[in-house]
Amino acid sequence: MNSFTFTQAPAVAAAVQDNLAHEDAAYIGGGTNLLDLMKENVARPTHLIGLKKTGLAAIESLPDGGLRLGALATNADTAWHPDVEKRYPLLSQAVLAGASPQLRNMATDGGNLMQRTRCYYFYDLATPCNKREPGSGCSAIGGYNRIHAILGTSESCIATHPSDMCVALAALAATVRVSGPHGERTIAFGDFHRLPGDAPERDNTLEPGELITGLDLPAKGFEKNYSYLKLRDRTSYAFALVSVAAALELDGDTIKDARLALGGVAHKPWRDPAAEALLIGQPATADTFRRAAAQVLEGAQGYGHNTFKIELARRAIVRALKQATEMTQRTDDNAFLNSNP
Amino acid sequence: MTLQTDYIGKPTNRVDGPAKVLGTAKYAAEFNVPNLLYGYVVSSPITKGNITKIDAAPVLALPGVHRVFSHENVPSLAWFDRSYKDDVAPGGSPFRPLHSAEIKFSQQPVALVVADTFELARYAASILHIEYEEEAHETELAKHLDEAYQPGKGKTGYQPPKSRGNFGRGWAQGVAHMEGQYSHHAQHHNPMEMFASTVEWLGDKKLNVYDKTQGAFNSQQYIMKVFGLSKEQARVVSKYTGGGFGSGLRPQYQLFMAVLAALELERSVRVSLTRQQMFSFGHRPETLQHVALAAAADGSLTGINHVAVAETSQFEDFTENVVGWSGTLYDCKNVQLDYRLAKLDVFTPLDMRAPGAATGSIGLEIAMDEMAYAAGLDPLEFRIRNYSDFDQAQNLPYSSKNLRACYREGAAKFGWERRDPRPGSMRDGNLLVGWGMGGGIWDAQKQPAQAQASLDADGHLTVSSGSNDIGTGTYTIMTQIAAESLGLPLEAVTFVLGDTELPEAPVQGGSWTAASIGTAVQEACAALGEELLKQAQKMDHAAFKGVKIDDVQFANGQMRLRTDLTQAVVLRDLVQASGQPKIEAKNAKLPGLIDMVKPPKYSMHAHNAVFAEVKVDPDLGTVHVTRVVNAVAAGRIVNPKTARSQVLGSVVWGISMALMEESVMDHRFGRFMNHNYAEYHIPVNADIHDIDVIFVHEEDAEVNPLGIKGLGEVGLLGVAAAVCNAIYHATGKRVRDLPVTIDKLL
Amino acid sequence: MSHVTQAPLGRPPVALAPTQPVALRINGALHSLNIAPWTTLLDALREYLDLTGTKKGCDHGQCGACTVLVDGKRINSCLSLAVMHEDSDITTIEGLGTAEQLSPLQQAFIDHDAFQCGYCTPGQICSAQGLINEGRAKTEDEVRELMSGNLCRCGAYSNILTAVMEVLDNQQAGLPAGEWSAGAARPHDAPAEAPKQ
Repeated sequence: MNSFTFTQAPAVAAAVQDNLAHEDAAYIGGGTNLLDLMKENVARPTHLIGLKKTGLAAIESLPDGGLRLGALATNADTAWHPDVEKRYPLLSQAVLAGASPQLRNMATDGGNLMQRTRCYYFYDLATPCNKREPGSGCSAIGGYNRIHAILGTSESCIATHPSDMCVALAALAATVRVSGPHGERTIAFGDFHRLPGDAPERDNTLEPGELITGLDLPAKGFEKNYSYLKLRDRTSYAFALVSVAAALELDGDTIKDARLALGGVAHKPWRDPAAEALLIGQPATADTFRRAAAQVLEGAQGYGHNTFKIELARRAIVRALKQATEMTQRTDDNAFLNSNP
Repeated sequence: MTLQTDYIGKPTNRVDGPAKVLGTAKYAAEFNVPNLLYGYVVSSPITKGNITKIDAAPVLALPGVHRVFSHENVPSLAWFDRSYKDDVAPGGSPFRPLHSAEIKFSQQPVALVVADTFELARYAASILHIEYEEEAHETELAKHLDEAYQPGKGKTGYQPPKSRGNFGRGWAQGVAHMEGQYSHHAQHHNPMEMFASTVEWLGDKKLNVYDKTQGAFNSQQYIMKVFGLSKEQARVVSKYTGGGFGSGLRPQYQLFMAVLAALELERSVRVSLTRQQMFSFGHRPETLQHVALAAAADGSLTGINHVAVAETSQFEDFTENVVGWSGTLYDCKNVQLDYRLAKLDVFTPLDMRAPGAATGSIGLEIAMDEMAYAAGLDPLEFRIRNYSDFDQAQNLPYSSKNLRACYREGAAKFGWERRDPRPGSMRDGNLLVGWGMGGGIWDAQKQPAQAQASLDADGHLTVSSGSNDIGTGTYTIMTQIAAESLGLPLEAVTFVLGDTELPEAPVQGGSWTAASIGTAVQEACAALGEELLKQAQKMDHAAFKGVKIDDVQFANGQMRLRTDLTQAVVLRDLVQASGQPKIEAKNAKLPGLIDMVKPPKYSMHAHNAVFAEVKVDPDLGTVHVTRVVNAVAAGRIVNPKTARSQVLGSVVWGISMALMEESVMDHRFGRFMNHNYAEYHIPVNADIHDIDVIFVHEEDAEVNPLGIKGLGEVGLLGVAAAVCNAIYHATGKRVRDLPVTIDKLL
Repeated sequence: MSHVTQAPLGRPPVALAPTQPVALRINGALHSLNIAPWTTLLDALREYLDLTGTKKGCDHGQCGACTVLVDGKRINSCLSLAVMHEDSDITTIEGLGTAEQLSPLQQAFIDHDAFQCGYCTPGQICSAQGLINEGRAKTEDEVRELMSGNLCRCGAYSNILTAVMEVLDNQQAGLPAGEWSAGAARPHDAPAEAPKQ
């Protein structure tokens, strides 16, 4: 870990100023991913800016019926916030599917968006990685890539984004609020994370110095029919091999509105509007779900160890949509999550 | 002295429990001695080649950095291989840290940076500039099967497997047959506590070494030989060990590093490894197995063929008994066994919980399930039909064997009779339900050990032996045995271990600690009893005149005449009357060579039978192990509470082997890539459901006077196979390459 | 044969940040330290304050051995900087009970043999205390899930579950389940049992 200086920023503007005043500065929320990366020498900032006192931890209702999550609200406080549990249970479920209770008590909502990939090669300085060392090559292609992406990959990177929370945020069409050297702006959730292309070192579309201040959820929460299905190598405390956030608005047996997003399959939370379009107006049946799944996975590409994810994702999509429709007990996933819709 | 059962056999809370729940139990990295320096190890990014340059100048320029140790500046140390051979070393030439520029395995330690603080040492290590010339390495076992060779008797205890009869004929005699290839990848012990040594410099090369180890004496011998230290200069202390599972059987390189730095800098030094570096040394070796079985129409086995090829390093022959068990567990005339090693550019593998047997039982016990199906028999019935009442491999009768009771009681508890044998036939809602079984066999071993018993004037008994407690319950069961032996309340007994200033004890491994140290403790207490009787006789105690030790008993803090229990003397009074602060005694000297090579009269083993239930989602391939019954025959159980915990842990290990554990190597780099707790999966609480442990009755006067067979390994056997067999029963899919992850069931 | 360079030159060492005074309230007592910002809360406890009850099992938030309570909430102290906790009320295993008066969880862990080597135990107990403070877990499945942030390589999970359930059940029956954090008075209404042999 590099040596670094630390300041506790009193406010957002001061934090941004402090960032601009240093060459290699980084904001620190909970620190759960940043300090991990710093101990591995993957991240080497020389100045850290604490955000605890910036007043960004609130969760509050918006006039349009939506909800604003402060960037510094912890994952645990978000998942268990009465408004989130009641109006956005999909989000609550996704957050609780991630990490551990301890980590969720530390990790912030803004920090969740800033998580970096869990690619083995990205984390190990002994191996080439374009995301860590642009131009050095991608070791995962042709290597051990069981946890890697099948959608939206490039020749330079097949890493995945590891978040569960972001999959739900993508499905719910959240908006990211940002403050930076040039003032404030908002970014549609789908535009926040990037595909790797030829610049995999860039995970997102933030400009230098910009800070996430909050997340706005639109009024529509799909609280009646939803499912977050996470498949992993053990029952809890593991990253997703494949996860699916499914949200439906039903009129009888007919799907009036639909959202479908996947985790563990791409460099970003993978929402597929074309698949959603195939669902809308159709009966909520297995056939419909299978068509949507086929649409999502149309361009999917396996790299050897991860090729199973194509079939796994197909089945997981069908299952998640079925669960969202029926809102029945889940038997395939974590028992705790099952009993807490 | 006869044994009363006041304590032995009763569930007893751990005597070290309060220290562990309060956080006052101190582990190796927790002795904060004054003026401590911190060492941080730099690991090689390459797998094979040479270091061509080390530029330590920028690191040494950092204020607070004291030294960078590497092969370039390590002083001249012991020259011969034998100096680096620890008690558990296999045949070959042990790895010497910082010895030369040559790189033999990925993550080889190449330098140690020593600084004032942990943080500074870590940073300084991260900027140490090293250049390497890399050479092609070989790490893929499957590519080197042709070069595999039969190892000799390199390590104490290793016997090449013995075949018998004629397998070809047995195969031909069979009416039902099976053949299967089984494999698992490397697995790392990953105890929760990372390896660490705190070396306290006491001046004049005198050291107190707090080491994470399963054998304080083994660590002591190693540093004495390597650094030319005397016994007095090299005291090793290991009171608490945060898990071992075999990883602490050999001294790990942080011990070398910390002692080196302390001697060179004449300062106290701590070196802790990182979790990533916990993947840089010994591991359960990747092993490929081939099993072929044949059975007659009545279900009796006519032929067993079990072949295994395992990885070892280029510099040592690590051997374990993988296939030998297949010649013992079941009755069969024709057994053909073969075990070979292939040399790869890896660190030498290392005993890991139930070494060899855990691996072999995966091959044999899945094969037995396949054979049962091929023969049209229930897997339990098939095993009972092939029950071995006589050890054909050693040509010896068993000292005791109650595996039948394991089968009977385990099956009853599990409800095995309700099993529909057809794969995919049992369901719970949408989930497929599978029931499978397995089992195993492990040596009941005993090693020479010494103990001392000392009674003070307050009537408190302190018993000591330089053994270890890696969580096995040694502190507690030795307290029970001592209290039982001298008729004292548990509160009046303290057992001390983990210090080379105590009587010598072997490493804690092989499931032999309870039997070995337990016997030594019992003997030391008996010797103390004789001293106490002598003292009573010195005191002119009329009732004890001319009395022999067998004529007295110890109970309620007293020594009493068997023939007249009213004739009693309080033990405390004997010490007070002696005029000495305490009366003490040791057990007899360690047995000589002649005792050790006496031919055995019995085959001595512990056994178990495991029944497992899984629920599998047929679409998604997820597996949950919902129920396990593990019935164990392991002689006398000293403490059913801690013993049960050991077997519960074994079941968790077996589930882990079956479903999760795998150190994944990228052969292009020769490097384990999932070198952390996030990607090397072991079960979490949510993975573990109902586990029942049964200890069947088994008396055995031959293994040792206490009748103990040991429990650390046997509980793990057959668990992984039972889970795999249950998955087959649920799904009809036979997965022979472990772990059984989601992708293999889609 | 190829050439490999570890820690390439050309990236000069960064200036070492100076130490700074940091005051931490731990188990009700204020501790003043002079440490550099790169000191984690875990290392501050273990290496600078000799509070070694909190364990280091991975140093990367992947095992839970370092769990402590901050303002009553469980966190991984390895992934937090000491300088981030100047206003926090920190409780470690040393603050939950004493040899004379074990906390209900500590006693339950002993009674149900919920550990073997003991290395994950302080983290398990602090995590269980955090779970009780949260008040979310009621059933066995919920406790299993919400105790899944603490690995136990010895495999004591089922005994850990039994111990935590017992304290939870006692709490529902009105018996004490421990307190939120140090500094507050201990609500031991019922006499605590002496450590059992």
